[in-house]
Amino acid sequence: MAFDWQPVWLTIKLASTTTLVLLIVGTPIAWWLARTHTWYKQALSAVVALPLVLPPTVLGFYLLIMLAPDGPVGRLTETLGIGSLAFTFEGLVFASVLYSLPFVVQPLQNAFEALGPRPAEVAATLRASPWDRFATVVIPLARSGFLTAAVLSFAHTVGEFGVVLMIGGSIPGETRVLSVAIYEQVETLEYGQAHLLAAGMLAFSFLVLMTLYLVNGRITRSHQP
Amino acid sequence: MSGIEVNLKHCLGDFDLEVDFTAPAQGVTALFGPSGSGKTSVLRAVAGLERTTQGVVRVNGETWQDENRFLPVHRRPIGYVFQEASLFPHLSVRENLQYGMQRVPEAQRQIPFHDVVELFGISALLPRSTARLSGGERQRVAIARALLTSPRLLLMDEPLSALDHAAKQTILPYLERLHDEFAIPSLYVSHDPNEVARLADHMVVLDSGRVTAQGDAAPLLTRLDMPLSGYDDASALLVGKVTSHDHSYHLTWITLQGNRIAVPREDLPVGRHARVQIQARDVSLSLRAHSDTSILNILPVRVIDTRDISPTQVLVRLELEDGQTLLSRITRRSAMGMGIREGMQLYAQVKSVALLT
Repeated sequence: MAFDWQPVWLTIKLASTTTLVLLIVGTPIAWWLARTHTWYKQALSAVVALPLVLPPTVLGFYLLIMLAPDGPVGRLTETLGIGSLAFTFEGLVFASVLYSLPFVVQPLQNAFEALGPRPAEVAATLRASPWDRFATVVIPLARSGFLTAAVLSFAHTVGEFGVVLMIGGSIPGETRVLSVAIYEQVETLEYGQAHLLAAGMLAFSFLVLMTLYLVNGRITRSHQP
Repeated sequence: MSGIEVNLKHCLGDFDLEVDFTAPAQGVTALFGPSGSGKTSVLRAVAGLERTTQGVVRVNGETWQDENRFLPVHRRPIGYVFQEASLFPHLSVRENLQYGMQRVPEAQRQIPFHDVVELFGISALLPRSTARLSGGERQRVAIARALLTSPRLLLMDEPLSALDHAAKQTILPYLERLHDEFAIPSLYVSHDPNEVARLADHMVVLDSGRVTAQGDAAPLLTRLDMPLSGYDDASALLVGKVTSHDHSYHLTWITLQGNRIAVPREDLPVGRHARVQIQARDVSLSLRAHSDTSILNILPVRVIDTRDISPTQVLVRLELEDGQTLLSRITRRSAMGMGIREGMQLYAQVKSVALLT
Protein backbone atom coordinates (compact mmCIF):
# COMPACT_ATOMS: atom_id res chain seq x y z
CA MET A 1 0.00 0.00 0.00
CA ALA A 2 1.40 3.41 -1.00
CA PHE A 3 2.14 5.88 1.76
CA ASP A 4 -0.25 8.84 1.67
CA TRP A 5 1.89 11.99 1.82
CA GLN A 6 -0.99 14.39 1.42
CA PRO A 7 -1.76 14.90 5.16
CA VAL A 8 1.96 15.50 5.81
CA TRP A 9 2.26 18.26 3.22
CA LEU A 10 -1.02 19.79 4.27
CA THR A 11 0.11 19.86 7.89
CA ILE A 12 3.43 21.51 6.99
CA LYS A 13 1.59 24.07 4.83
CA LEU A 14 -0.87 24.84 7.62
CA ALA A 15 1.84 25.14 10.28
CA SER A 16 4.06 27.40 8.14
CA THR A 17 1.20 29.69 7.12
CA THR A 18 -0.03 29.92 10.70
CA THR A 19 3.47 30.70 12.01
CA LEU A 20 3.98 33.43 9.45
CA VAL A 21 0.61 35.04 10.17
CA LEU A 22 1.20 34.74 13.91
CA LEU A 23 4.61 36.42 13.81
CA ILE A 24 3.05 39.34 11.97
CA VAL A 25 0.00 39.57 14.25
CA GLY A 26 1.66 38.52 17.51
CA THR A 27 4.65 40.87 17.40
CA PRO A 28 2.68 44.13 17.79
CA ILE A 29 0.47 42.56 20.47
CA ALA A 30 3.51 41.35 22.41
CA TRP A 31 5.25 44.72 21.97
CA TRP A 32 2.21 46.55 23.24
CA LEU A 33 1.82 44.19 26.22
CA ALA A 34 5.50 44.59 27.11
CA ARG A 35 5.38 48.39 26.96
CA THR A 36 2.00 49.31 28.49
CA HIS A 37 0.97 49.50 32.10
CA THR A 38 -2.78 50.07 31.99
CA TRP A 39 -5.37 47.94 33.76
CA TYR A 40 -6.70 46.47 30.52
CA LYS A 41 -3.25 45.08 29.78
CA GLN A 42 -4.11 42.28 32.23
CA ALA A 43 -7.46 41.70 30.51
CA LEU A 44 -5.79 41.40 27.11
CA SER A 45 -3.11 39.09 28.55
CA ALA A 46 -5.87 36.85 29.87
CA VAL A 47 -7.64 36.77 26.50
CA VAL A 48 -4.40 35.89 24.72
CA ALA A 49 -3.76 33.08 27.22
CA LEU A 50 -7.28 31.59 26.97
CA PRO A 51 -6.39 28.91 24.39
CA LEU A 52 -3.92 27.48 26.94
CA VAL A 53 -6.71 26.48 29.31
CA LEU A 54 -9.82 26.06 27.14
CA PRO A 55 -10.60 22.60 25.77
CA PRO A 56 -9.99 22.79 22.00
CA THR A 57 -13.60 21.72 21.48
CA VAL A 58 -14.84 24.90 23.17
CA LEU A 59 -12.68 27.06 20.94
CA GLY A 60 -13.67 24.98 17.90
CA PHE A 61 -17.37 25.23 18.76
CA TYR A 62 -17.35 29.01 18.99
CA LEU A 63 -15.21 29.28 15.87
CA LEU A 64 -17.67 27.09 14.01
CA ILE A 65 -20.52 29.39 15.01
CA MET A 66 -18.51 32.49 14.11
CA LEU A 67 -17.36 31.18 10.74
CA ALA A 68 -20.73 29.73 9.69
CA PRO A 69 -22.46 31.65 6.88
CA ASP A 70 -24.79 33.37 9.38
CA GLY A 71 -22.11 33.90 12.05
CA PRO A 72 -20.41 37.30 12.59
CA VAL A 73 -17.21 36.41 10.74
CA GLY A 74 -19.11 34.29 8.23
CA ARG A 75 -21.37 37.18 7.27
CA LEU A 76 -18.34 39.39 6.74
CA THR A 77 -16.59 36.83 4.55
CA GLU A 78 -19.83 36.22 2.63
CA THR A 79 -20.23 39.94 1.86
CA LEU A 80 -16.56 40.08 0.82
CA GLY A 81 -17.38 37.28 -1.61
CA ILE A 82 -15.04 34.72 -0.03
CA GLY A 83 -17.80 32.51 1.27
CA SER A 84 -17.84 30.76 4.63
CA LEU A 85 -14.47 29.76 6.01
CA ALA A 86 -15.79 26.73 7.88
CA PHE A 87 -14.39 23.45 6.49
CA THR A 88 -11.76 25.23 4.38
CA PHE A 89 -7.99 25.53 4.64
CA GLU A 90 -8.28 29.29 5.26
CA GLY A 91 -10.68 28.59 8.11
CA LEU A 92 -8.12 26.23 9.60
CA VAL A 93 -5.45 28.92 9.40
CA PHE A 94 -7.78 31.37 11.14
CA ALA A 95 -8.50 28.85 13.89
CA SER A 96 -4.84 27.87 14.29
CA VAL A 97 -3.80 31.49 14.60
CA LEU A 98 -6.16 31.97 17.54
CA TYR A 99 -5.29 28.61 19.03
CA SER A 100 -1.52 29.14 18.94
CA LEU A 101 -1.55 32.88 19.77
CA PRO A 102 -0.22 32.50 23.35
CA PHE A 103 2.69 30.42 22.08
CA VAL A 104 3.89 33.40 20.05
CA VAL A 105 2.83 36.32 22.21
CA GLN A 106 4.24 35.05 25.50
CA PRO A 107 7.83 34.32 24.42
CA LEU A 108 7.94 37.57 22.47
CA GLN A 109 6.52 39.57 25.36
CA ASN A 110 9.09 38.01 27.71
CA ALA A 111 11.89 38.81 25.27
CA PHE A 112 10.76 42.45 24.87
CA GLU A 113 10.38 42.89 28.62
CA ALA A 114 13.83 41.44 29.26
CA LEU A 115 15.27 43.80 26.67
CA GLY A 116 13.77 46.87 28.33
CA PRO A 117 13.36 50.24 26.63
CA ARG A 118 17.05 51.20 26.76
CA PRO A 119 18.44 49.65 23.52
CA ALA A 120 15.68 51.26 21.44
CA GLU A 121 16.29 54.60 23.19
CA VAL A 122 19.99 54.38 22.45
CA ALA A 123 19.24 53.65 18.80
CA ALA A 124 16.86 56.63 18.70
CA THR A 125 19.59 58.97 19.97
CA LEU A 126 21.75 57.56 17.18
CA ARG A 127 19.22 58.77 14.58
CA ALA A 128 17.38 55.49 13.98
CA SER A 129 13.67 55.90 13.15
CA PRO A 130 11.14 53.68 14.98
CA TRP A 131 11.07 51.00 12.22
CA ASP A 132 14.80 51.18 11.79
CA ARG A 133 15.46 50.60 15.49
CA PHE A 134 12.96 47.77 15.62
CA ALA A 135 14.64 46.03 12.69
CA THR A 136 18.27 46.69 13.60
CA VAL A 137 18.20 46.55 17.38
CA VAL A 138 15.04 45.00 18.83
CA ILE A 139 14.71 42.01 16.48
CA PRO A 140 18.38 40.98 16.65
CA LEU A 141 18.48 41.37 20.43
CA ALA A 142 15.18 39.51 20.91
CA ARG A 143 16.06 36.82 18.37
CA SER A 144 15.86 33.97 20.84
CA GLY A 145 12.30 35.08 21.65
CA PHE A 146 11.39 35.13 17.96
CA LEU A 147 12.94 31.71 17.43
CA THR A 148 11.09 30.23 20.40
CA ALA A 149 7.83 31.80 19.23
CA ALA A 150 8.20 30.48 15.66
CA VAL A 151 9.14 26.96 16.70
CA LEU A 152 6.43 26.68 19.34
CA SER A 153 3.77 28.04 17.01
CA PHE A 154 4.82 25.62 14.25
CA ALA A 155 4.96 22.61 16.57
CA HIS A 156 1.74 23.47 18.36
CA THR A 157 -0.12 23.83 15.06
CA VAL A 158 1.23 20.48 13.87
CA GLY A 159 -0.09 18.95 17.07
CA GLU A 160 -3.58 20.42 17.04
CA PHE A 161 -6.50 18.05 16.71
CA GLY A 162 -9.68 19.10 18.50
CA VAL A 163 -10.07 22.49 16.86
CA VAL A 164 -9.36 21.06 13.40
CA LEU A 165 -11.89 18.32 13.84
CA MET A 166 -14.55 20.81 14.98
CA ILE A 167 -14.19 23.36 12.22
CA GLY A 168 -12.27 21.59 9.47
CA GLY A 169 -13.60 18.08 9.39
CA SER A 170 -11.53 15.76 7.26
CA ILE A 171 -11.53 16.87 3.64
CA PRO A 172 -8.47 15.34 1.91
CA GLY A 173 -6.09 17.98 0.59
CA GLU A 174 -8.07 20.75 2.29
CA THR A 175 -8.46 20.04 6.00
CA ARG A 176 -7.30 16.44 6.55
CA VAL A 177 -4.12 17.11 8.51
CA LEU A 178 -1.83 14.54 10.15
CA SER A 179 -3.53 14.30 13.52
CA VAL A 180 -6.92 13.80 11.88
CA ALA A 181 -5.49 11.23 9.48
CA ILE A 182 -4.03 9.21 12.37
CA TYR A 183 -7.34 9.35 14.22
CA GLU A 184 -9.20 8.02 11.18
CA GLN A 185 -6.64 5.28 10.54
CA VAL A 186 -7.03 4.07 14.10
CA GLU A 187 -10.82 4.21 13.77
CA THR A 188 -10.64 2.03 10.66
CA LEU A 189 -8.07 -0.27 12.29
CA GLU A 190 -5.31 0.59 9.78
CA TYR A 191 -2.63 0.33 12.48
CA GLY A 192 0.24 0.05 10.03
CA GLN A 193 -0.36 3.48 8.51
CA ALA A 194 -1.16 4.95 11.92
CA HIS A 195 2.15 3.65 13.30
CA LEU A 196 4.11 5.27 10.49
CA LEU A 197 2.47 8.67 10.96
CA ALA A 198 2.50 8.57 14.75
CA ALA A 199 6.16 7.56 14.95
CA GLY A 200 7.00 10.27 12.40
CA MET A 201 5.22 12.87 14.54
CA LEU A 202 7.00 11.71 17.66
CA ALA A 203 10.43 11.94 16.03
CA PHE A 204 9.60 15.32 14.48
CA SER A 205 8.40 16.81 17.77
CA PHE A 206 11.45 15.58 19.63
CA LEU A 207 13.82 16.99 17.01
CA VAL A 208 12.07 20.36 16.97
CA LEU A 209 12.20 20.77 20.73
CA MET A 210 15.78 19.61 21.00
CA THR A 211 16.91 22.03 18.28
CA LEU A 212 15.09 24.81 20.09
CA TYR A 213 16.82 24.09 23.40
CA LEU A 214 20.21 23.76 21.74
CA VAL A 215 19.94 27.00 19.77
CA ASN A 216 18.52 28.96 22.69
CA GLY A 217 21.25 27.67 24.95
CA ARG A 218 23.86 28.91 22.50
CA ILE A 219 22.25 32.35 22.12
CA THR A 220 22.01 32.76 25.87
CA ARG A 221 25.65 31.80 26.32
CA SER A 222 26.88 34.14 23.57
CA HIS A 223 25.16 37.04 25.33
CA GLN A 224 26.96 36.50 28.57
CA PRO A 225 29.84 38.94 29.02
CA MET B 1 19.23 83.64 19.65
CA SER B 2 22.22 81.50 20.49
CA GLY B 3 22.43 79.19 23.46
CA ILE B 4 20.40 76.28 24.72
CA GLU B 5 17.06 77.42 26.08
CA VAL B 6 15.21 74.91 28.19
CA ASN B 7 11.87 75.58 29.79
CA LEU B 8 10.03 72.55 31.15
CA LYS B 9 7.03 71.88 33.32
CA HIS B 10 6.07 68.38 34.23
CA CYS B 11 3.98 66.69 36.87
CA LEU B 12 4.50 63.05 37.64
CA GLY B 13 2.78 61.86 40.78
CA ASP B 14 4.18 63.84 43.69
CA PHE B 15 7.28 64.89 41.78
CA ASP B 16 6.94 68.06 39.82
CA LEU B 17 9.53 69.61 37.63
CA GLU B 18 9.64 73.25 36.72
CA VAL B 19 12.90 74.37 35.22
CA ASP B 20 13.90 77.30 33.10
CA PHE B 21 17.48 77.96 32.11
CA THR B 22 19.63 79.05 29.23
CA ALA B 23 22.99 77.40 28.74
CA PRO B 24 25.65 79.05 26.60
CA ALA B 25 26.21 77.80 23.05
CA GLN B 26 29.69 76.64 23.91
CA GLY B 27 31.48 74.73 26.62
CA VAL B 28 30.26 72.27 29.19
CA THR B 29 27.22 73.14 31.27
CA ALA B 30 26.87 70.92 34.30
CA LEU B 31 23.39 70.05 35.55
CA PHE B 32 24.26 69.55 39.16
CA GLY B 33 22.11 68.37 42.03
CA PRO B 34 21.43 65.52 44.45
CA SER B 35 19.78 62.34 43.17
CA GLY B 36 16.08 62.87 42.68
CA SER B 37 16.53 66.55 41.84
CA GLY B 38 15.35 65.99 38.28
CA LYS B 39 18.66 66.30 36.40
CA THR B 40 18.19 63.16 34.36
CA SER B 41 14.56 64.04 33.60
CA VAL B 42 15.71 67.39 32.23
CA LEU B 43 18.33 65.73 30.06
CA ARG B 44 15.86 63.14 28.76
CA ALA B 45 13.36 65.85 27.96
CA VAL B 46 15.97 67.84 26.02
CA ALA B 47 16.75 64.67 24.05
CA GLY B 48 13.05 64.09 23.38
CA LEU B 49 13.10 60.74 25.21
CA GLU B 50 10.52 62.02 27.68
CA ARG B 51 7.48 64.10 26.87
CA THR B 52 6.75 66.77 29.43
CA THR B 53 3.38 68.39 30.09
CA GLN B 54 4.80 71.65 28.85
CA GLY B 55 8.15 72.15 27.29
CA VAL B 56 10.19 74.47 25.14
CA VAL B 57 13.62 73.44 23.93
CA ARG B 58 15.53 75.71 21.57
CA VAL B 59 19.09 75.16 20.48
CA ASN B 60 20.86 78.05 18.82
CA GLY B 61 17.58 79.52 17.66
CA GLU B 62 16.27 76.23 16.30
CA THR B 63 13.09 75.04 18.00
CA TRP B 64 13.12 71.35 18.90
CA GLN B 65 9.87 71.56 20.78
CA ASP B 66 7.27 74.04 21.90
CA GLU B 67 3.45 74.09 22.20
CA ASN B 68 2.85 72.97 18.61
CA ARG B 69 6.00 71.17 17.65
CA PHE B 70 7.82 68.09 18.90
CA LEU B 71 10.84 66.87 17.04
CA PRO B 72 11.19 63.11 17.66
CA VAL B 73 14.42 61.88 19.23
CA HIS B 74 15.92 60.54 16.02
CA ARG B 75 15.51 63.89 14.28
CA ARG B 76 17.35 65.86 16.98
CA PRO B 77 21.04 66.42 16.22
CA ILE B 78 22.16 65.20 19.64
CA GLY B 79 24.74 62.83 20.99
CA TYR B 80 23.58 61.07 24.16
CA VAL B 81 25.82 59.21 26.55
CA PHE B 82 23.92 57.08 29.05
CA GLN B 83 24.94 56.36 32.61
CA GLU B 84 25.85 52.76 31.90
CA ALA B 85 27.58 52.10 28.60
CA SER B 86 24.78 51.09 26.34
CA LEU B 87 26.67 49.42 23.52
CA PHE B 88 24.71 47.07 21.29
CA PRO B 89 25.81 43.55 22.28
CA HIS B 90 25.00 42.11 18.84
CA LEU B 91 27.41 44.46 17.09
CA SER B 92 31.19 44.68 17.18
CA VAL B 93 32.91 47.80 18.49
CA ARG B 94 33.37 49.07 14.92
CA GLU B 95 29.72 48.43 14.03
CA ASN B 96 28.63 50.18 17.21
CA LEU B 97 30.70 53.23 16.27
CA GLN B 98 29.29 53.23 12.75
CA TYR B 99 25.66 52.74 13.78
CA GLY B 100 24.88 56.40 14.35
CA MET B 101 27.40 57.75 11.83
CA GLN B 102 25.82 55.82 8.95
CA ARG B 103 22.45 57.36 9.71
CA VAL B 104 23.76 60.90 9.30
CA PRO B 105 23.90 62.22 5.71
CA GLU B 106 27.47 62.31 4.50
CA ALA B 107 27.40 66.08 3.95
CA GLN B 108 26.60 66.60 7.64
CA ARG B 109 29.39 64.41 9.01
CA GLN B 110 31.96 66.79 10.40
CA ILE B 111 33.94 64.54 12.67
CA PRO B 112 36.14 62.02 10.87
CA PHE B 113 36.00 58.42 12.12
CA HIS B 114 39.76 58.09 12.45
CA ASP B 115 40.14 61.28 14.48
CA VAL B 116 37.67 60.08 17.07
CA VAL B 117 39.07 56.56 17.21
CA GLU B 118 42.54 58.04 17.62
CA LEU B 119 41.48 60.56 20.27
CA PHE B 120 39.78 57.92 22.40
CA GLY B 121 42.53 55.36 21.93
CA ILE B 122 40.16 52.64 20.77
CA SER B 123 41.63 51.61 17.42
CA ALA B 124 42.86 48.31 18.86
CA LEU B 125 39.34 47.49 20.05
CA LEU B 126 37.55 47.96 16.71
CA PRO B 127 37.22 44.30 15.65
CA ARG B 128 36.33 43.12 19.15
CA SER B 129 32.99 42.08 20.52
CA THR B 130 31.62 44.50 23.12
CA ALA B 131 31.31 41.68 25.67
CA ARG B 132 35.05 41.64 26.23
CA LEU B 133 35.60 45.34 26.96
CA SER B 134 36.30 46.76 30.41
CA GLY B 135 33.90 49.29 31.91
CA GLY B 136 36.14 52.20 30.98
CA GLU B 137 36.63 50.97 27.42
CA ARG B 138 32.89 50.57 26.97
CA GLN B 139 32.21 54.11 28.07
CA ARG B 140 34.94 55.45 25.78
CA VAL B 141 33.35 53.63 22.84
CA ALA B 142 29.91 54.95 23.85
CA ILE B 143 31.16 58.55 23.95
CA ALA B 144 32.97 58.12 20.63
CA ARG B 145 29.82 56.62 19.09
CA ALA B 146 27.78 59.63 20.16
CA LEU B 147 30.41 62.04 18.80
CA LEU B 148 30.51 60.34 15.40
CA THR B 149 26.97 61.54 14.64
CA SER B 150 28.48 65.08 14.57
CA PRO B 151 25.96 66.27 17.15
CA ARG B 152 25.16 69.92 17.70
CA LEU B 153 24.52 69.23 21.38
CA LEU B 154 26.13 66.55 23.49
CA LEU B 155 24.06 65.21 26.39
CA MET B 156 25.87 63.21 29.04
CA ASP B 157 24.02 61.53 31.88
CA GLU B 158 26.58 60.82 34.62
CA PRO B 159 28.80 58.96 32.17
CA LEU B 160 31.34 58.13 34.87
CA SER B 161 29.10 57.12 37.74
CA ALA B 162 29.06 53.40 36.91
CA LEU B 163 32.86 53.24 36.85
CA ASP B 164 35.31 52.61 39.65
CA HIS B 165 37.72 55.31 40.73
CA ALA B 166 40.59 54.11 38.54
CA ALA B 167 38.44 53.88 35.41
CA LYS B 168 37.04 57.34 36.13
CA GLN B 169 40.51 58.80 36.25
CA THR B 170 41.31 57.27 32.86
CA ILE B 171 38.19 58.74 31.22
CA LEU B 172 38.31 62.26 32.63
CA PRO B 173 41.27 63.30 30.45
CA TYR B 174 39.32 62.15 27.36
CA LEU B 175 36.36 64.27 28.39
CA GLU B 176 38.65 67.25 28.93
CA ARG B 177 40.22 66.71 25.52
CA LEU B 178 36.78 66.48 23.99
CA HIS B 179 36.11 69.89 25.36
CA ASP B 180 39.26 71.26 23.73
CA GLU B 181 39.16 69.50 20.35
CA PHE B 182 35.52 69.79 19.36
CA ALA B 183 33.46 72.90 19.80
CA ILE B 184 30.29 71.02 20.73
CA PRO B 185 28.26 72.49 23.57
CA SER B 186 27.29 69.89 26.14
CA LEU B 187 24.94 69.36 29.04
CA TYR B 188 26.62 67.19 31.62
CA VAL B 189 24.55 65.67 34.42
CA SER B 190 26.49 64.97 37.59
CA HIS B 191 26.18 64.79 41.33
CA ASP B 192 29.94 64.65 41.83
CA PRO B 193 31.38 68.07 42.71
CA ASN B 194 34.83 66.91 41.72
CA GLU B 195 33.73 66.04 38.21
CA VAL B 196 31.89 69.32 37.92
CA ALA B 197 34.97 71.23 39.04
CA ARG B 198 37.10 69.45 36.48
CA LEU B 199 34.80 69.68 33.50
CA ALA B 200 32.22 72.42 33.79
CA ASP B 201 32.42 75.95 32.44
CA HIS B 202 28.86 76.76 33.41
CA MET B 203 26.45 75.32 35.88
CA VAL B 204 22.78 74.86 36.50
CA VAL B 205 22.09 73.78 40.08
CA LEU B 206 18.90 71.77 40.55
CA ASP B 207 17.07 70.82 43.70
CA SER B 208 13.68 69.06 43.92
CA GLY B 209 12.82 69.86 40.33
CA ARG B 210 13.71 73.57 40.53
CA VAL B 211 16.71 75.58 39.37
CA THR B 212 18.34 77.09 42.44
CA ALA B 213 21.27 78.80 40.71
CA GLN B 214 22.88 79.11 37.32
CA GLY B 215 25.93 80.80 35.88
CA ASP B 216 29.69 80.41 35.52
CA ALA B 217 30.97 77.34 37.30
CA ALA B 218 33.89 78.89 39.21
CA PRO B 219 31.97 81.33 41.42
CA LEU B 220 29.14 78.85 42.00
CA LEU B 221 31.55 76.20 43.23
CA THR B 222 32.64 78.39 46.11
CA ARG B 223 29.32 79.95 47.06
CA LEU B 224 28.72 79.11 50.69
CA ASP B 225 24.95 79.04 50.28
CA MET B 226 25.27 76.43 47.54
CA PRO B 227 25.47 72.69 48.19
CA LEU B 228 28.79 72.44 46.33
CA SER B 229 30.81 74.13 49.05
CA GLY B 230 29.41 71.76 51.66
CA TYR B 231 31.12 68.63 50.40
CA ASP B 232 34.12 67.15 52.06
CA ASP B 233 36.16 67.73 48.92
CA ALA B 234 34.79 71.21 48.23
CA SER B 235 37.10 73.00 45.89
CA ALA B 236 37.59 76.15 43.86
CA LEU B 237 38.37 76.57 40.23
CA LEU B 238 40.81 79.21 39.03
CA VAL B 239 41.48 80.15 35.45
CA GLY B 240 44.82 81.53 34.31
CA LYS B 241 47.44 81.33 31.60
CA VAL B 242 50.61 79.29 31.33
CA THR B 243 53.45 81.83 31.50
CA SER B 244 56.67 79.88 31.89
CA HIS B 245 58.29 76.58 32.68
CA ASP B 246 60.94 76.12 35.30
CA HIS B 247 63.22 73.42 33.95
CA SER B 248 65.55 73.08 36.88
CA TYR B 249 62.79 72.53 39.47
CA HIS B 250 60.36 70.91 37.05
CA LEU B 251 57.52 73.35 37.56
CA THR B 252 55.02 75.17 35.36
CA TRP B 253 54.01 78.70 36.30
CA ILE B 254 50.44 79.81 35.79
CA THR B 255 49.60 83.49 36.07
CA LEU B 256 46.30 84.83 37.36
CA GLN B 257 46.46 88.59 36.83
CA GLY B 258 49.50 89.53 38.86
CA ASN B 259 49.69 86.43 41.01
CA ARG B 260 51.28 83.23 39.97
CA ILE B 261 50.90 79.63 40.93
CA ALA B 262 53.38 76.81 40.47
CA VAL B 263 52.22 73.35 39.50
CA PRO B 264 54.21 70.22 38.72
CA ARG B 265 55.54 70.61 35.19
CA GLU B 266 53.18 69.87 32.33
CA ASP B 267 53.94 70.06 28.64
CA LEU B 268 51.63 72.92 27.84
CA PRO B 269 52.48 75.75 25.43
CA VAL B 270 53.17 79.13 27.02
CA GLY B 271 50.17 81.43 26.68
CA ARG B 272 47.66 78.61 26.87
CA HIS B 273 44.54 78.73 29.00
CA ALA B 274 44.85 76.66 32.16
CA ARG B 275 42.33 75.64 34.80
CA VAL B 276 43.48 74.71 38.24
CA GLN B 277 41.49 73.11 41.00
CA ILE B 278 42.27 73.89 44.63
CA GLN B 279 40.63 71.91 47.43
CA ALA B 280 39.37 73.88 50.42
CA ARG B 281 41.23 71.55 52.76
CA ASP B 282 44.55 72.39 51.07
CA VAL B 283 44.31 76.12 51.75
CA SER B 284 45.52 77.56 55.05
CA LEU B 285 45.37 81.21 56.03
CA SER B 286 47.95 83.56 57.46
CA LEU B 287 47.90 87.20 58.55
CA ARG B 288 51.26 87.96 56.91
CA ALA B 289 53.05 86.74 53.80
CA HIS B 290 55.63 84.28 55.04
CA SER B 291 58.79 83.71 53.11
CA ASP B 292 60.11 81.21 55.65
CA THR B 293 57.75 78.45 54.64
CA SER B 294 57.91 75.44 52.36
CA ILE B 295 54.68 76.52 50.75
CA LEU B 296 55.30 77.86 47.27
CA ASN B 297 51.91 79.26 46.37
CA ILE B 298 50.92 82.18 48.58
CA LEU B 299 48.18 84.45 47.32
CA PRO B 300 46.91 87.73 48.77
CA VAL B 301 43.17 87.43 49.39
CA ARG B 302 40.23 89.23 50.96
CA VAL B 303 37.62 87.47 53.10
CA ILE B 304 34.15 87.59 51.55
CA ASP B 305 32.18 85.34 53.81
CA THR B 306 32.49 82.56 56.39
CA ARG B 307 30.30 79.66 57.39
CA ASP B 308 30.54 77.13 60.19
CA ILE B 309 30.34 73.69 58.64
CA SER B 310 30.79 71.67 61.82
CA PRO B 311 31.44 72.37 65.48
CA THR B 312 35.15 72.26 64.68
CA GLN B 313 35.46 73.68 61.19
CA VAL B 314 34.82 76.88 59.32
CA LEU B 315 34.70 77.40 55.58
CA VAL B 316 36.06 80.76 54.45
CA ARG B 317 35.31 82.19 51.05
CA LEU B 318 38.11 84.35 49.71
CA GLU B 319 38.48 86.69 46.79
CA LEU B 320 41.70 87.02 44.84
CA GLU B 321 42.86 90.36 43.43
CA ASP B 322 41.34 89.52 40.05
CA GLY B 323 37.93 88.65 41.50
CA GLN B 324 38.24 84.87 41.31
CA THR B 325 37.23 82.99 44.44
CA LEU B 326 38.92 80.44 46.61
CA LEU B 327 37.76 78.33 49.56
CA SER B 328 39.68 77.58 52.71
CA ARG B 329 38.66 75.15 55.42
CA ILE B 330 40.23 75.87 58.80
CA THR B 331 39.38 75.10 62.39
CA ARG B 332 36.97 77.34 64.23
CA ARG B 333 39.63 77.83 66.87
CA SER B 334 42.08 79.30 64.32
CA ALA B 335 39.38 81.48 62.82
CA MET B 336 38.59 82.91 66.25
CA GLY B 337 42.26 83.28 67.13
CA MET B 338 43.02 85.18 63.92
CA GLY B 339 39.87 87.24 64.27
CA ILE B 340 38.71 86.42 60.74
CA ARG B 341 35.88 88.64 59.53
CA GLU B 342 34.48 89.97 56.30
CA GLY B 343 36.70 92.29 54.30
CA MET B 344 39.89 91.23 56.09
CA GLN B 345 43.11 91.02 54.04
CA LEU B 346 44.90 87.69 54.41
CA TYR B 347 47.36 85.42 52.69
CA ALA B 348 46.18 82.07 51.42
CA GLN B 349 48.83 79.37 51.52
CA VAL B 350 48.00 76.74 48.98
CA LYS B 351 49.50 73.37 49.68
CA SER B 352 48.42 71.52 46.60
CA VAL B 353 47.11 72.50 43.19
CA ALA B 354 45.71 70.26 40.51
CA LEU B 355 46.16 71.42 36.94
CA LEU B 356 43.10 70.42 34.93
CA THR B 357 43.75 71.29 31.31
